[in-house]
Amino acid sequence: MNKTMPTEISLEALIAGDRAEFARLVDAYSSPIYRLGLRMLGNPQDAEDILQNTFLNVLTHISEFEGRSSLATWLYRIAANEALMLIRKKKPEVNLDDAESADEAEDLLPTQFVDWSALPEAQLLSGEGKQTLDQAIQALPESMRLVFLLRDVEGLSIRETAEALNLTETNVKTRLLRARLFLREQLSAYYGERLTREE
Amino acid sequence: MMTEHVHKNCESLLGSLSEYIDGGLSPELCQEIEKHLEGCENCRVVLNTTKRTIDLVHAPVEKPDLPDEVRERLFKRLNLDDYLKPK
Repeated sequence: MNKTMPTEISLEALIAGDRAEFARLVDAYSSPIYRLGLRMLGNPQDAEDILQNTFLNVLTHISEFEGRSSLATWLYRIAANEALMLIRKKKPEVNLDDAESADEAEDLLPTQFVDWSALPEAQLLSGEGKQTLDQAIQALPESMRLVFLLRDVEGLSIRETAEALNLTETNVKTRLLRARLFLREQLSAYYGERLTREE
Repeated sequence: MMTEHVHKNCESLLGSLSEYIDGGLSPELCQEIEKHLEGCENCRVVLNTTKRTIDLVHAPVEKPDLPDEVRERLFKRLNLDDYLKPK
């Protein structure tokens, strides 16, 4: 089970139409789903639409949930589909079905070899540093970003991520590796330059 | 043995880097990677900075909560107004 959603929700109560339980579900899951929308679409209005549509879908389809995945994975699946639908609508030029480019394990070779890993977290995440990380995440191609957000930001397992996105575990691992190396490269360019300047 | 050849160069190590960080590799493969890391500074830097990149994404500052007004509108849209008490 992933680390971000520890709350035990009763599926039986949800299916029976227990509104208090549904409110608990909404409170337990709305922050991560909002974050996912925010990082996938890049603006608060779209993130809110994804959030609302996800839970409206849950209300409509909860009786069809068969429990083959966890409730959290099912919710992420709905949210990811909502995000992808909105991307298709708003950015038709983005090719989300181009699985090949996301799954090819080539062009991974790093070019930055400055070790900035010992810098204190306060320095790494202050002002410009945080902005660099945010921009680097936004610069990831959508199909890689979705894998990265579910696995590394929200803490789903490889298997849960694969289930949520209807991908094979091998696809998830490849996209995750590419995403991590891409972000590392971007951060290394930024911190490497700062370290060199300080020397 | 096959594993003796897999991590002889940096490119091969890179392919396993993510799973190595997540602890998803066999002890034999980990040993091969660690052996390579001992003699390859560039790969050590890539490993350290990749781990640190993942740590930064996990930092609390990177995981903002839902704004109150967004929560309020969500509850209203779902007809859950009765349950709209502070978290």
